[in-house]
Amino acid sequence: MSKAAARTIQVRFGGVGGQGIVLCGRLLGKAAALFDGKDAVCTQSYGPEARGGASRSDVVVSEGRVDYPFVTEADVLVAFFQEAYVKFRSALRPGGLLIYDTALVHSVPDEANAFGLPATAIAEELGNRLAANIVMLGFLVGKTGVISREAAEEAIRATVKPRILDLNLRAFDAGYSRAQAEAAA
Amino acid sequence: MPDNAAAARVPAKKPSRVLTGTHFMVGDHACAEGALAAGMDFFGGYPITPSTEIAELIARRLPPLGGRFVQMEDELASIAAIIGASAAGARSFTATSGPGFSLMMENIGLAAMMEVPCVIADVQRASPSTGLPTMVGQSDILQARWGSHGDYGVIAYCPDSPQECFDLTVRAFNDADKYRVPVFILLDEVVGHMAERVVIPPAEEIPIVRRKGPNFPPGERRFLGYAPDDDMVPPMAHAGDGYKVHMTGLTHDEKGYPALTPEIHDKLVNRLVDKIRLHASEIEMHEEIALDDAETVVVSFGCTARSARHAVNEARAEGISCGLLRLITVWPFPERRIRELIERGKVKRFIVPEINLGQLRREIERLTQLPVLRLNHAGGAMLKPDAILELIRS
Repeated sequence: MSKAAARTIQVRFGGVGGQGIVLCGRLLGKAAALFDGKDAVCTQSYGPEARGGASRSDVVVSEGRVDYPFVTEADVLVAFFQEAYVKFRSALRPGGLLIYDTALVHSVPDEANAFGLPATAIAEELGNRLAANIVMLGFLVGKTGVISREAAEEAIRATVKPRILDLNLRAFDAGYSRAQAEAAA
Repeated sequence: MPDNAAAARVPAKKPSRVLTGTHFMVGDHACAEGALAAGMDFFGGYPITPSTEIAELIARRLPPLGGRFVQMEDELASIAAIIGASAAGARSFTATSGPGFSLMMENIGLAAMMEVPCVIADVQRASPSTGLPTMVGQSDILQARWGSHGDYGVIAYCPDSPQECFDLTVRAFNDADKYRVPVFILLDEVVGHMAERVVIPPAEEIPIVRRKGPNFPPGERRFLGYAPDDDMVPPMAHAGDGYKVHMTGLTHDEKGYPALTPEIHDKLVNRLVDKIRLHASEIEMHEEIALDDAETVVVSFGCTARSARHAVNEARAEGISCGLLRLITVWPFPERRIRELIERGKVKRFIVPEINLGQLRREIERLTQLPVLRLNHAGGAMLKPDAILELIRS
């Protein structure tokens, strides 16, 4: 990995419209840019493909300045849906980290850098399956440290409606704690 | 008690025109916030991808602030509405993309001829015609300069980030009023839709320049709406202010009345061009990276300049003598700076990457015999840093 690349992390979230892919990207970018003192750019797929087909959200986070705003080679791919996994797996660099929802992504080869978690089931236990995206985000942050936990929580507080804030913070914690527990194991 | 009932009892917070603070925001929204911060009080527009987010945000934010948002039936009506609103004293704004920008061209000439300040955001997508509605282009550059018939001066900004979308939109309103011209903000789909950090300063730190008006009360004597001051810009009275105001697209005298002679026409049109041309050093903006000793100069703007910056920094790390001239105003074009670089004798060649088939390159080529290398794509995707780097290395 080159010096410049070491200071830059490219994350792609892939799923279908309605799964909160765009929110995940925005929260990660916002946390990095506003609460972690980093530079971050977030872009998203736009147009017909955003409705129904595989949709994506790209975040590039850097200690330096982010010039090119799109993911060229993902360090992390977060797959929310089988179709998105198939479409975007080639964007993941060799040795890159794959995070996926075990309920919605199948046929993932058993690789050292692939981590499945039942995000939808975890979110359902917390009271709303729609929070699965934040469970995934928590797991991503716990696994990679691309942003601090505090910055992520600040971004969630600054973004989601008060009515669902507690649910989202708990969802983040569930994902984050799971990643930490795996690391400790 | 349900949460929303509790929320309804809380008195509505007074909306603020300037969203002072640090935000993570897309370029389209930053452009809209820049317009609001600049005091824009009339928007007439017709939504079109990829500019729609500008209209959406203003539709929500402007009416509670006391301004007017009107969704017009098309772009011909949109530009006509903002010219009319401005003639009545408003700071007026519209946002569109290539197809709508084309439809606005006739009345952009009217605004230039009647010297009615207005600001038009054009979020460029791949063109011509309907092209690729959701994908990036940079091919309205020459249209912004020459799109309406005849000779006239204009100002056009090319932001390369959401922060610049905010900053340059504020500036656009000030320049429109200062010079009484239509001013364009040429975003592109990438800059318009990417989210990045945007810092909005306190309202009192945002400079607001408004158009000059008559320096005597109505009725005291005849006001000449087209008698220019020394800066070549005439003070502007508004319909309803009490002064006699006459505006026409026909060639006109200092009263604004039709005066159809070759002499008056030549003088008027020259002034429309010169009031921008002779103030170019005040208006023109660019960013330079390592130009002082550069043998290869990359000239770029908008989202492409982000790739160019990356490529130039990489190339310099490899020991290659190169620099970047990033245009912040594409019009006026930074002709003087480019001539200086050429005359200094260090520059061996220019590279002009752009998401069109060579519109900006022509501007450089007319200034120099040096090689001007092209890197073009008709649109739909950004040019990658590696492609520019490869050309710098060649």
